[in-house]
Amino acid sequence: MSEMQDYQSSLGDPSSRKFETFSYLPAMSADQIRKQVEYIVRKGWNPAIEHTEPENAFDHYWYMWKLPMFGETNIDTILAEAEACHKAHPNNHVRLIGFDNYAQSKGAEMVVFRGKAV
Amino acid sequence: MAKTYHAGVKEYRETYWMPEYTPKDTDLLACFKITPQAGVPREEAAAAVAAESSTGTWTTVWTDLLTDLDYYKGRAYAIEDVPGDDSCFYAFIAYPIDLFEEGSVVNVFTSLVGNVFGFKAVRALRLEDVRFPIAYVMTCNGPPHGIQVERDMMNKYGRPMLGCTIKPKLGLSAKNYGRAVYECLRGGLDFTKDDENVNSQPFMRWRQRFDFVMEAIDKSERETGERKGHYLNVTAPTPEEMYKRAEYAKEIGAPIIMHDYITGGFCANTGLAQWCRDNGVLLHIHRAMHAVLDRNPHHGIHFRVLTKILRLSGGDHLHTGTVVGKLEGDRQSTLGWIDLLRESFVKEDRSRGIFFDQDWGAMPGAFAVASGGIHVWHMPALVTIFGDDSVLQFGGGTLGHPWGNAAGACANRVALEACVEARNQGVAIEKEGKDVLMKAAASSPELKVAMETWKEIKFEFDTVDKLDVAHK
Repeated sequence: MSEMQDYQSSLGDPSSRKFETFSYLPAMSADQIRKQVEYIVRKGWNPAIEHTEPENAFDHYWYMWKLPMFGETNIDTILAEAEACHKAHPNNHVRLIGFDNYAQSKGAEMVVFRGKAV
Repeated sequence: MAKTYHAGVKEYRETYWMPEYTPKDTDLLACFKITPQAGVPREEAAAAVAAESSTGTWTTVWTDLLTDLDYYKGRAYAIEDVPGDDSCFYAFIAYPIDLFEEGSVVNVFTSLVGNVFGFKAVRALRLEDVRFPIAYVMTCNGPPHGIQVERDMMNKYGRPMLGCTIKPKLGLSAKNYGRAVYECLRGGLDFTKDDENVNSQPFMRWRQRFDFVMEAIDKSERETGERKGHYLNVTAPTPEEMYKRAEYAKEIGAPIIMHDYITGGFCANTGLAQWCRDNGVLLHIHRAMHAVLDRNPHHGIHFRVLTKILRLSGGDHLHTGTVVGKLEGDRQSTLGWIDLLRESFVKEDRSRGIFFDQDWGAMPGAFAVASGGIHVWHMPALVTIFGDDSVLQFGGGTLGHPWGNAAGACANRVALEACVEARNQGVAIEKEGKDVLMKAAASSPELKVAMETWKEIKFEFDTVDKLDVAHK
């Protein structure tokens, strides 16, 4: 059994802040992001992109990047919007959302580009 | 004595056995599994159950004639064999909706399972399922918020939520208890939970527990940037005391409270659920005492019925068993009642023990809670069985981590997210679970140690209450 480790997390260290689903895994590669986009499309959900300054990530409302892409099923188009948002706001968290309009909820939501912790 | 009793049963059949009856959409339907006394024909036993759970009494009284008993009576309208068991049979009974007060599971079950379970004509009796007509469903309050609203309030999407019951369940001081909560939440859990035994004992009064736990929630939220909660158990000796604790939980900003709906009672639960909706506080429901009612395959009330009671009475979470852990639960049967808890329409499906179509209309669904004897190795199966609309609760599987609660919580969170990510990618995680977890552990020392700690634990006792299927 490995030697006991301290759990690294504190108020003083901004990198302790998480951002919900998948934030306890390493940052996703381009291929991993593509597979999650495919999942959202396969589910028939409406993809959307949002972003925020990391210090405001706790807020319910982040900034919408344009409008949700209603009915969009082209994986490359969706990925291109996520990348465009990331390019425009390189220090922000950028999240990918799948709106499930039947459940009136988000079927999926995950940060795909991680902002700079401050 | 026996002679008189026989005569009574005969009368029941003449009045209450109606095989030609077609149930109305507004009827409340029940399926009982009846084990009759030797020598009592099936039709007589079924009619007796219909009578005793509706208008009948052991003898005719003159005041019967002042009303239209044929309108108000319950009707036994069908009988079926129980697959694989000749000692008993299913009886289907229809009750007119007028027999029941609106919005009252208390009244429905006082009638349905009141006197009749002690009735002499039957040796044993089990209420297998109840079809609540949509007309009745719409009179009930139901879950205070439901799945969709809770996801929005807690900001949790696209995955099951994670919880943990704080242990030892009895004996901790309030301040040490709050420490255990804080460590779990900062490590990555969404919720922690009061054990059902924790109410307000001398070693830890509710007021101090609420205060220290609330500080743990606030600090862990600031530290992790995520929304957190702890199920503050407001189950109390009296309704007045229960509301007092609920009011205080709201006052300090607690997002969720907890109630034991069977020991606390359906009346208290229904009132508390209405209070929760009025006050914007989520309601977690524990089910202490359920196994007394639902475990014996020949006598009692099946858990799918207890699930329907809770959904009507109100709760945003309900414990449903784990299928894979230390407590009882057959997989198909469990899938049946978690559907009854969460879906808006559930079709009759005997392979899952569901005897009737059940339409819930617009009534919200509640989260299924899997809790008890589970750890990281169970994660792939749990995600597969329960899907996203669930809370997976690891008590010992969090607190028993060699590096403490925060590391244990983190291990569970990493395992959960790895399983969800792989599932979304189309991986059959129940089969490939080991690879998924091993890969995730490569970047999480907490998960790696958890997997080393619990590898050998298995729970492979056979279930006592199985679905009724032919054993031949």
